[in-house]
Amino acid sequence: MLASVLEGGIRAGTPILYATLGEVIAERAGVVNLGVEGAILVGACAGFITTAQTQSPLLGIAAAALAGGVASLVHAFMVVTVRANQIASGLALMFLCLGVTSFVGRPYVAVKINAVAPLAVPGLSDLPVVGRLLFSHDVLVYGAYLLAPLIWLILFYTKWGLALRAVGERQAVAFASGLPTAVVQYAAVVCGGVLAGVAGAHLSLAYARSWVEGMSNGRGFIAVALVIFATWHPLRAVLGAVIFGAVFALQLQIQARGVALSPYFLDMTPYLLTLFGLLLLARTQRHTMPEGLKEVFEGLK
Amino acid sequence: MARLARLADSRLLIPVRLLGLTALAFVAVGVFLLLFGKNPLAAYRAIFAGAFGSTYGLSEVVVRAIPLMLCAAATAIPARIGLLNVGGEGQLHAGAMAATWGALTLGFLPRAALLPGLVALGLLGGAAAALVPAVLRWAAGVNETISTLLLNYVIVLLVEYVVRGPWKDPMSYNWPFTPEFSDSARLGLYWGTRIHAGLWFALVAIALFYFVLRRTRWGYEVRVIGDNPEAAVRAGIPLGRYILLTMCAGGALAGLAGMAEVCAIQSRLRPGISTGFGYTGFLVSWLALHHPLGIVAMAVLLGVLSVGGDQVQISLGLPYATVNIIMALIFFVVLGSRFRAARTA
Repeated sequence: MLASVLEGGIRAGTPILYATLGEVIAERAGVVNLGVEGAILVGACAGFITTAQTQSPLLGIAAAALAGGVASLVHAFMVVTVRANQIASGLALMFLCLGVTSFVGRPYVAVKINAVAPLAVPGLSDLPVVGRLLFSHDVLVYGAYLLAPLIWLILFYTKWGLALRAVGERQAVAFASGLPTAVVQYAAVVCGGVLAGVAGAHLSLAYARSWVEGMSNGRGFIAVALVIFATWHPLRAVLGAVIFGAVFALQLQIQARGVALSPYFLDMTPYLLTLFGLLLLARTQRHTMPEGLKEVFEGLK
Repeated sequence: MARLARLADSRLLIPVRLLGLTALAFVAVGVFLLLFGKNPLAAYRAIFAGAFGSTYGLSEVVVRAIPLMLCAAATAIPARIGLLNVGGEGQLHAGAMAATWGALTLGFLPRAALLPGLVALGLLGGAAAALVPAVLRWAAGVNETISTLLLNYVIVLLVEYVVRGPWKDPMSYNWPFTPEFSDSARLGLYWGTRIHAGLWFALVAIALFYFVLRRTRWGYEVRVIGDNPEAAVRAGIPLGRYILLTMCAGGALAGLAGMAEVCAIQSRLRPGISTGFGYTGFLVSWLALHHPLGIVAMAVLLGVLSVGGDQVQISLGLPYATVNIIMALIFFVVLGSRFRAARTA
């Protein structure tokens, strides 16, 4: 059972991991994007429609990434150019995406598609236990776990990463030292949106293999909270995503075993766990928060 | 020119500019509908015919505006000290649950004793749901936007649980709802429509909000925190107390909306008692710049859209989401316009 929970955790954790990694990038540049919830939906919807039309999951993933990026571009414009309230703009994006996807996606509810198929890694997938656990998933799962160290390297060991973090810490100083802060923030938010779009693609093309209105179900908000647990660090985000994925997977396991616990209580656990984690960690993580975010998260204005 | 610019900035023109921006959102949605091969003019005609074409439509606008006003107040009151309460949906459900508990266990009481009790329970339920994020914010610095959003999912699932589990109507043939409330737990309906006594709750709540904000020390201190929290703390205003107070006052009003929905409209608790009133109320508050009088106007406007959304579904086969897109775009346009900086009231 433990193995299947872990395996399920890795699969269910993948969309959360993509979204969390994307949000890490945006927040490291000083922009909180609650619109990830919307970008996931847009990605799930665009990916599903494209796959249904072209029979190609790969095109679907590309469309999802594009759609997520475009959706987040709206947020970047509102926050960077118009200087609107970050939290409110993110929520506005979430509402907009929810409306647009339930409009556009309506004819595709209950449509069957050519899902992203699992792809066992030759050789490695034959290993006992580990093979099934780590090496018999779909491409997007592998992608997510390769992306985390890649983002870590870029953020902490390249000039681009340094520029991005500088903008997130002290925008004024970064600007004075000649960095194009607006460009950096646009790029970070759009990258975050692209990853959220891919998160959506995994949700609709590999995990659920269907499109349902509002199917992200708060995963975007969980991702925003996970970024805080992960102290804005891409590698720690992996741990968080696997834990949350395991909670989703455990739900299915418990239900499948007919344990007499209401499914509604099980459905609550990811949200309650997130709240509990925030309660335990919010204070202690405060000093690791990029300075530029303090006003957004804690400012009473 | 300078005088023209000043005129354009004046507070009196805010409603005019809001109207212009709203029109912009309609144009954008029109383009969207055209892209999907739908006739936007027909859609808009249906929306407004749905709301204004009959006395039934007009009365339904008021019916929708009631929970929208209360949920908007739930956002607006904490917003006045800079907190973003997006938990209206959960707080509404919590109030509905508390009132349902009262109606099911104390249904034998006479109306005059029961109804005030149910109002109190609705207020308490909503306040309790808002107390959690308030305490998390005050004691642990947890961002209230995230915590209220997460709690919405939890509370709605709790409603799903009680109506399928412990409170399920044994005669319901497996439909997920509670038994029907006794007559003494029902709020009165007026004029042969579905307009109910919740209207008075909403209007009194908005009037109280306006009065407290403008005429009392509490309101003064809230406004000081809203303008400059640091100065407020240095002046000895107890910030923590106001975090708890404004969140709970807001939550209580959303809870009252939930109580009115179950006691007047549904006469029982079931999933889907709210068609996103909490979220739409959040939009109402932002469109009204968190101003009590603006909330009444915007609740009616979004009430019109909401009734119109049913109409486009019936007469044109367009999804209800059409009006959600309009609402979200209006929100974007208002957020993007700079006059949010001009605090009113």
